[in-house]
Amino acid sequence: MIDTGDTAWLLASAALVMFMTPGLALFYGGLVRAKNVLGTIMQSFFALALVTVLWVLVGYSLAFGPDVAGVIGGLDFWGLRGVGADPSPVYATTVPHIGFSVYQMMFAIITPALITGAVAERMKFSGYVLFLGLWSLLVYAPVAHWVFADGWLGLSGVGALDFAGGTVVHINAGAAALAALLFLGRRRGHGRDAFVPHNVPMVITGAAILWFGWFGFNAGSALGASGLAASAFTVTQVAAAAAVLGWLIPEVIRHGKPTTIGAATGAVAGLVAITPAAGFVEPWAAIVIGLAAGFVCFLAVDTKARIGLDDSLDVVGVHLAGGIVGALLTGVLASTAVNELSGGATIGKQTIGVAVTLGFSFLATLLILKFVDFVVGLRVPEEDEITGLDLSQHAEVGYTLQDRGGSPVHTGPVPSPGPDHERVEADSEVRR
Amino acid sequence: MKLVVAIIKPFKLDEVKEALRAVGVHGLTVTETQGFGRQRGHTEVYRGAEYQVDFVPKVKVEVVAEDDQVQGIVDAITKSARTGKIGDGKIFVLPAEQVIRIRTGEMGPDAV
Repeated sequence: MIDTGDTAWLLASAALVMFMTPGLALFYGGLVRAKNVLGTIMQSFFALALVTVLWVLVGYSLAFGPDVAGVIGGLDFWGLRGVGADPSPVYATTVPHIGFSVYQMMFAIITPALITGAVAERMKFSGYVLFLGLWSLLVYAPVAHWVFADGWLGLSGVGALDFAGGTVVHINAGAAALAALLFLGRRRGHGRDAFVPHNVPMVITGAAILWFGWFGFNAGSALGASGLAASAFTVTQVAAAAAVLGWLIPEVIRHGKPTTIGAATGAVAGLVAITPAAGFVEPWAAIVIGLAAGFVCFLAVDTKARIGLDDSLDVVGVHLAGGIVGALLTGVLASTAVNELSGGATIGKQTIGVAVTLGFSFLATLLILKFVDFVVGLRVPEEDEITGLDLSQHAEVGYTLQDRGGSPVHTGPVPSPGPDHERVEADSEVRR
Repeated sequence: MKLVVAIIKPFKLDEVKEALRAVGVHGLTVTETQGFGRQRGHTEVYRGAEYQVDFVPKVKVEVVAEDDQVQGIVDAITKSARTGKIGDGKIFVLPAEQVIRIRTGEMGPDAV
């Protein structure tokens, strides 16, 4: 039976989660150097395009189609066949099935987009496109099936708790990010040159959009307009807030000053960590999870720099580390007062969920990277890397603050200059 | 004629401008610039990574003057731009071979 309230909330949540990907584009875009701002934004924005189409064609079916051996969904729903206005008998049974599928689509979009931060400023766009498509179908879809659908890792199998995608989205993307940054290697000049964020207000804007969208991500995962959704909404806010503190306190001790990027990164770390726990924990526990996530992610990012890994925008340090903190603490802090499913929570099951996702994602991602590198190549040539992705991959630049002198290149018949041209001449006549 | 080039702290620009006006300077050029001398740059922190930024923002003021005005100009700048702390800047005095006012074609001291 369709419930209008549930349906309204799930569709609104889908829109909120969709908005997270452009938010991520700004978050990442501000963190890179000016010459790579568009290349970085494009990686996220393009995921909206490609993953949407793939999800409709086969992605949704692979993830949520009828279970095949606990491992993958069958192809019954290819092209969203049979996925319509009636609710699914299995998922979100009070909401049109097609509404559930479009909600899940938004998760499938942002997950591979998260990976791009680890290899920012050096990936070839053609290589990225192929990687994105393959990863979406060969890594995201099966892991989503195992955990969110009736696969072997989630409630119908091992019983690892993951309310909104701590394993499927964050550990999955974080492990893939680790594989990708090891495979692609460091940026040229890493460790010698200053890689300084070019637009910090853009970073903060992006983080704010992520935070906002996360209410759809977590509270939407209640799949209904319920008390559970309100609880998930609340702990999402609380964990993000606590994680800002959890990051800033060690930062002030270590570096003397609280930074805005630190505050934004701490918030994202808290949001990552509360994701698996959102439907299982009480607000006080969200404070614990947030503080722990902010602190652990600060340490992870700090360690990364010292071991010489170029996780450019800290996908491992925030999404993998924060995801693990959240998944494990869910096993400890889940409360039956919030959700009766919390009764089955153990740290052992959570550890299996973490280890399986991490191991599978890391290895499968490496194989995909090897294949893509062989077919089209993954890394831009040295000259393109120095020029920047914007110009070398997209023939654009992000900022033209000065007139650089130029004229249109005509590929067809040359039009005569328009009235603007004449007006400019007339103006200068007057000034003279 | 001389070209007086002064590199000063940006927040002192207004005081320097007023001091120059007071000694009869009625034209100058200002450029935002950066560099370093004994005052080195500063440290910035991004996600725990500290970076040394070498170049300090400064303002460059350029004035062309007749020889007998130069001492007064140098004194005015020295007095108005000084804070007594490191990084107050420098003044360079260079010979200016010719000055031409583009609008009228006047040359030499008349064009200053």
